[in-house]
Amino acid sequence: MQRRLYVWEFPVRLTHWITVVCIAGLSITGFYIGSPFIHATSADQYVMGWMRFIHFVAAYLLTASVLVRTYWSFVGNEYAHIREFFYFTPQRFVDLAGDLRYYIFMNKNQPRSAGGHSALASIVYLGVWILLFVEIFTGFALYSQSHYGGALWTLMGGWLLFLFSAQTVRLYHHLIMWVIIFFIIEHVYISWITREERGGFVDSMISGYRMLKER
Amino acid sequence: MEGDSLFDKLSRRGVSRRDFIKFCSAMAATLALPSSLIPRIAEALEKKQKPVLVWLEYQDCAGDTEALLRASKPTVGELVLDILSVDYHETIMAPAGTQAEKSLTDVVKNHKGKYIAVVEGSIPLKDGGVYCCIGGKTAKDLAKEVCGNALATIAVGTCAAYGGIPAARPNPTGAVSVKEAVPGITVVNLPGCPMNVENLTATVVYYLTFGSLPALDRLGRPYFAHGKRIHDNCERRSHFDAGQFVRKWGDEGHRRGWCLYEMGCKGPEAYMNCPVIKYNEGTSWPVQAGHGCLGCATPNFWDVNTPFYRRLPHVPGFGVETTADKIGVGIAAVAAAGVAAHAVAHAVRKKESKEETGTQGDKK
Ligand code: HEM
Ligand code: SF4
Repeated sequence: MQRRLYVWEFPVRLTHWITVVCIAGLSITGFYIGSPFIHATSADQYVMGWMRFIHFVAAYLLTASVLVRTYWSFVGNEYAHIREFFYFTPQRFVDLAGDLRYYIFMNKNQPRSAGGHSALASIVYLGVWILLFVEIFTGFALYSQSHYGGALWTLMGGWLLFLFSAQTVRLYHHLIMWVIIFFIIEHVYISWITREERGGFVDSMISGYRMLKER
Repeated sequence: MEGDSLFDKLSRRGVSRRDFIKFCSAMAATLALPSSLIPRIAEALEKKQKPVLVWLEYQDCAGDTEALLRASKPTVGELVLDILSVDYHETIMAPAGTQAEKSLTDVVKNHKGKYIAVVEGSIPLKDGGVYCCIGGKTAKDLAKEVCGNALATIAVGTCAAYGGIPAARPNPTGAVSVKEAVPGITVVNLPGCPMNVENLTATVVYYLTFGSLPALDRLGRPYFAHGKRIHDNCERRSHFDAGQFVRKWGDEGHRRGWCLYEMGCKGPEAYMNCPVIKYNEGTSWPVQAGHGCLGCATPNFWDVNTPFYRRLPHVPGFGVETTADKIGVGIAAVAAAGVAAHAVAHAVRKKESKEETGTQGDKK
């Protein structure tokens, strides 16, 4: 017997996929900004120009998406709620250790997740949420470099470049890209291998429903 | 000749009215002032008494003095500074020894609160400041006395403005900027390695014209000189946007004047008017000469903008030659290897124990 459980509400699914597209676009264009791998052959091309343009448009989109998702973590259902992520009871840590041991084959019990996130998943998503915020924060600080001095500059966090040097901010903005890529590789893989146990892979993030085995 | 105006002095040195007005227009342009203010600048320079100016030199390479004295044929701007700075300049003044020191103490005594102090070089604080002494006094004490009694201090060069190269890690002499050595004084920072004399002249002209100091950014630099980004005014910017980059010194792109971004140009991080006013009477500036910007007007540029010939700094805690992308590829490779190993083990295990699996929840 299977039970159809509505887990991912529309805003969760929407922001999930917008974030996917944005991260892909931002990583490709960001990597190009860091080491321009395409070399233009004539001066009327606009390769770096387009890369930066796409980076900044995707940046605004990602920011909007992350903010909407953050808002939803206060008004959404239990699986989307901030409590699901900021939830540190002793039992959580026991579960977390169990989940980790499961993924390195030291424990045969599958992660416990009654529809929502396992202990490991929720802490990792919390981490990713923080990383995206840092990326947005450092990104806008770098963006402020072309708006030196004004109110917009203050709003974008240009002062961050005075707290740390501009180069340090650039370095961390760049390094975090790789940490996010690390996450994506693991995320896609774990979603795939647990697709039966957790009741869905890509499809659940499209329909919002998970098919849970009734016990 | 105390009562002489600048223009009197200039005309005695053979500067024509035409050159004088040309100079005033150039100053207005540097200061980003509308041309309607040119007459006001000219009037101020004609009528106002020249301010007394002393030039102090501490831990530095004398590059700013060098910049001041750069040309064989003096320009109006140089003459202005030359005329201004007769009172005391450690490197170029004629008197020496106690006689020289006396002219400095005279200025401090007779023009208290009315003269301008220009400081070049950083001030060491470690071990009681013994690493830089002049006439038996430490740089710190001298600066306190001279800058403390001045109308305003202009810190020229990155060393005076932010500590510069002497303050680079590990900063053996405990070098600091003028502002840090003598807190509470009015300082205009004109950083750069060296600073551009054009900006020093413009600052003085601004003061003479308006009786106040130009607007400063949060690093104490005048907006007129440091309000715009190098990268946004660079003549190679169109190559940046196009995606045409120099990849090796002397390659095709380098010969054709493409963008130096990949060679570590720090123009995207640097704020100064170099692309507009250039150095040595508008002859050239680093990027025009084919070398990336080092961001020399940035605090601690020696520490934060290195390596100069790479886009990004080295990752702290890793080997010097490790770039962010090498680490990044490493991270991604670890992820992929983990995935691959897990996938194999998972497949094996699934076969073995299809019926045994439960969930942690079941145990409870
Ligand atoms: C998942 C999110 C993001 C990733 C993976 C990412 C990645 C990158 C990378 C790798 C670089 C090149 C850094 C370098 O080596 O110089 C870069 C540059 C930059 N990013 Fe992002 N970025 C992200 C989000 C953002 C956001 C939200 C903004 C906000 C506006 C932003 C603004 C910038 C800016 C301004 C630059 C410098 C561009 C330049 O100097 O021309 N990024 N990004
Ligand atoms: S040479 Fe430097 S300052 Fe000029 S466009 Fe290229 S990166 Fe920017």
